[in-house]
Amino acid sequence: MSGVKKEEAMTGVNGSSKTAVMRGSAEGNGMDAEAHVTAERFSVFYHNREAVRQVSLAIPARGVTAIIGPSGCGKSTFLRAINRMNDLVPGCRVSGRLVFDKEDIYGPRIDVVALRRRVGMVFQKPNPFPKTVFDNVAYGPRLCGLTGRAQLEEIVERSLKSAALFDEVKDRLGQNAIGLSGGQQQRLCIARALAVDPEILLMDEPTSALDPRATSRIEDLIAELRGKYTIIIVTHNMQQAARVSDRTAFLYEGNLIEFGPTKQLFTKPRESQTEDYITGRFG
Amino acid sequence: MIRFQLELSRLRRLILEMGADVEDNVRDAMKALERHDENLAAIVERRENETDEREVDIEEECLKLLALYQPVAADLRYIVGVLKINEDLERVGDLSQHIAERAMAITRGGEAPGDVDLARMASKVTNMLARSLEAFVDLKPEMAREVRAGDAEVDAIHRQHISILLEAIKARPESADVLLNVMHISRHLERIADHATNIAEDLIYMAEGEIVRHK
Repeated sequence: MSGVKKEEAMTGVNGSSKTAVMRGSAEGNGMDAEAHVTAERFSVFYHNREAVRQVSLAIPARGVTAIIGPSGCGKSTFLRAINRMNDLVPGCRVSGRLVFDKEDIYGPRIDVVALRRRVGMVFQKPNPFPKTVFDNVAYGPRLCGLTGRAQLEEIVERSLKSAALFDEVKDRLGQNAIGLSGGQQQRLCIARALAVDPEILLMDEPTSALDPRATSRIEDLIAELRGKYTIIIVTHNMQQAARVSDRTAFLYEGNLIEFGPTKQLFTKPRESQTEDYITGRFG
Repeated sequence: MIRFQLELSRLRRLILEMGADVEDNVRDAMKALERHDENLAAIVERRENETDEREVDIEEECLKLLALYQPVAADLRYIVGVLKINEDLERVGDLSQHIAERAMAITRGGEAPGDVDLARMASKVTNMLARSLEAFVDLKPEMAREVRAGDAEVDAIHRQHISILLEAIKARPESADVLLNVMHISRHLERIADHATNIAEDLIYMAEGEIVRHK
C-alpha cells in the first residue's frame, strides 16, 4: 500500500513488529522526554517538488499545537505525514526523520496500522461511515478485534462523552449517522478517533465546513481534550489557531519560519515573515 | 487588507489631531495663568469639550477595528496603544482645564509666590508631552525612553514646590487660597508629566512589544 519511499531506505510498511510503535520510554535526553513528535530536517516530496523542506521541530506531549500558513505551504502535508496518510499519494517520498516516541515513523520497523491507531485523524469535512452512530464509534475497536457487546458499549459511551456528543445522541445510537448535523457528525468523527484510545489527534481544518456555533463547540472540545492528548491542528483560521493552541508553527513555501508559544507568536512574532502573514500583508 | 491599512492611517490622523489640540491646551492654560487671560481660559475650556468628543470617537474607532479585523502582532499592539494614549490625552485635556480654572481663581485672589517657578516646570512638562507625541509619530522608542527619564525631574520640582508652599501657607495663612491653587497647578503639571510618561511607555510597547511599565 505504500507509495511513499524514503530516500535513505525503503520503508517496510507492513512490518510485523508492533513494538516499534509502542510508547517509548521517557528516559534519554530532556528533549526526547518532552517531545512527542520530533521532525529532524524532515522533507516531503511529491515527485520532484519539495512540499515540506527540511523542517525541524519538537512537538511536546499533550497540549495543542497549531500549524498555520497560506495554501500550499505544506502544513497539511506535514500533518498527514505524522500518520503516514501521504503513503497513498503517488510519487510521494520523504527524507530526514520524523520521530514519534523515539521511533522514526518512516523507519523499517513501523507497523502503519498500529501507528494510525495511536495517531488518530479528523478531516476537514465530517466523514462518518453510512452506519449507525454506535457502529461508527465501535468501528475502530472492532477492527482491533474487540467483540464483546458490553465492552463495546462502554467504549462507545466513553468516546461519545469525551467528544461532548453523548447527551445529544444517546437515544439514537441505532440511527444512521448521516442524519446528524454537520457539527454533530464532526464530533462523531472525533469520538470515532478517540475510541481506539490514540495518543495523538491530528486535525486538518476540522471546522472549516462548520457554522460558527458548531465551530465553537469543537473548539471547546479541543480545550477539554488538550490535557489528555497531543493535538496537532492545521487551520486557515488564524483566530482559531490563536484561540485553541498553546504553540503555533508558521510554515511558508514548505519552510518552517517560526515555531513558538501562540501568545508570543500572535502578539510579538520574532520573524518579519510571520508578522507579514498574520497581519495580512501577504499570503 | 488595504482597507485595514487605510483605517489605521485614519486612526493615526485622529489621535495626532487630538494630541496637537491637547498640547495647545496645556500651553494656553499656562499662558492664561501668566497673563490672567480669561478669554484664553475660555478657549481652553471649549477645546477641552472637543477633546472629550474626540476621545469617544477614537475609542469607538478602535473598538470597531478590533471587532471587524481582529488584528494581531504589530497591528494589535498599535490599536491597543492608541486606546491607551487616547485615555491619557483625554486626562491631560482635563488637567489643562483644571489649570485654567485655578489660574482664574488666582487672578481674582492675587499673585503666585515668586519662588515657585511654575513656568519652568510647565516648560519641562510640555516638552515631555510634545516629545512623547513626536516619539509616537515617528515610532521612536529611544525618544520615548528619554521622556520616561524626565519624569523623575518633574516629580522633584513638584516636591520642592510643596515644601515651599507649605512654608508660605504657615507664614501667610491669609493667602492660603492662592497658595493652595498654586499647589494644585503644580500637582496638575506633575500629573501631565505622568501621562506623557504613560504615552512614552505605550509607544515602547507598540514598537517593541515589551511592557516597560513599573520597570
